[in-house]
Amino acid sequence: MTPVILLTGFLGSGKTTLLQRLLTDPSMKGAAVLINEFGEVGLDHELLDRIDDTVVLLKSGCICCTVRGEVADALSNLHSLRARGEIVFDRVVIETTGLADPYPVLQTLTAHPVLRSHFTNGGVLTTVDAVNAVLQVEHRSEAVRQIAAADRIVLTKTDLTEPETEQALRRRLARINPGALILTTEASVDVILGGFGSTDFANTLASEGGGDPLCGPACDHAEHKHTHHDHAHDRHHAHHHDDALGVTSFSLVIEQEIDWTMFGTWLTLLLHKHGERIFRVKGILAIEGEDSPIAIHGVQHLVHAPTHMVNWPKGPRQSRIVFILEGLSPDQIRRSFTAFMGLSEARTAAE
Amino acid sequence: MCSLCGILGCDDHWTNAIVRPGVYTRNHDTQSRRAEGMRRLKSANAVLSYRRLKLDVWQGRSYVMTSPTGGSSVFEALSHLWSEAEALSGRDLDPLDDDLIEWMEERTSL
Repeated sequence: MTPVILLTGFLGSGKTTLLQRLLTDPSMKGAAVLINEFGEVGLDHELLDRIDDTVVLLKSGCICCTVRGEVADALSNLHSLRARGEIVFDRVVIETTGLADPYPVLQTLTAHPVLRSHFTNGGVLTTVDAVNAVLQVEHRSEAVRQIAAADRIVLTKTDLTEPETEQALRRRLARINPGALILTTEASVDVILGGFGSTDFANTLASEGGGDPLCGPACDHAEHKHTHHDHAHDRHHAHHHDDALGVTSFSLVIEQEIDWTMFGTWLTLLLHKHGERIFRVKGILAIEGEDSPIAIHGVQHLVHAPTHMVNWPKGPRQSRIVFILEGLSPDQIRRSFTAFMGLSEARTAAE
Repeated sequence: MCSLCGILGCDDHWTNAIVRPGVYTRNHDTQSRRAEGMRRLKSANAVLSYRRLKLDVWQGRSYVMTSPTGGSSVFEALSHLWSEAEALSGRDLDPLDDDLIEWMEERTSL
């Protein structure tokens, strides 16, 4: 499986500049690049030094609606060329337009009947302009979705901002996506891309946060509140809420082992009904009958194939699921989860 | 649908992709796969009974959902389950709906 790294970020946030830098690193020597631009004349690919058959410009404009087929065609074409021995690559980077919602591209990778057998999600890297980000996230939902979908965030133009402004922005980004590692362009390519595109990507992400991997290093809260429910001692992690955006992130901690089948029933129904407003779901689950934890990753309606992690991260062995939501009540989601799991237990007991 | 083992749920749903006996469609024996398929059916039916709908396997290849008024719907992939349920019942099925949650809580406390 060839990993596909998605490089996204709002207009002018420095995606192409970062891509230029990433491509100079020896580890990216074997990367094929797809560039998508919004506009009549594509320029971004001209800004890259390396122009060869593995750099493809997608010309149809906005990647989130019209270009989905074109992304699929371009990836299929790259795969065919490689199969015929005409080009060589070991990973793909897709640079989206600044107006793109990353979800449809991830969906294409998962749902396309051919692509899903050859390509896999290698991680979402989002650039955030430290000067203009506050305005962008308040006025453009695409910017919020890009941040929420990120596995890693790279702050750009930090040399043009005051340290206090950068810190305030970091806190705000942490409220939108507490699970993402936030870096600046000063970080080395190794750090920016560490684990991206590897087959052990889920483990890499889960281990980044140290003691609380799902809440991640961006998390700035200290208090953890316990709420005990009827059937499960599910611990309610403190909310991160951005009032201006209506974006909330919270995590559900469940101490009992989870019935995978009912969990799937619950999450598919939740995403079917509210996927548009669930920007991100990410979790480590203790499943009944399983020794090792299962990692799940979802963006809106899409859930990536769950992966087995090798080991439990630091801390107690309990399931933790992080949600990034817009306009949904964390309390109601927790109550719903408990009710579904209770139904599962009641059914099992009756049999 | 796997034509060799005839097991329910060989569509490419994310819940298939967990590697433990009986769950991942290509990994283990037919019997445990069938057992997992039945577990999934029971789990879905536990929720669908809220709308008095019933899910079953149709000819070992697809799913069939029936309503108390005699309506039925046949579909192949689990990803269609909830939209089919809403279409057949003519009503929303929302996991965050208070009435649904209270209905479940009542059954749990029995």
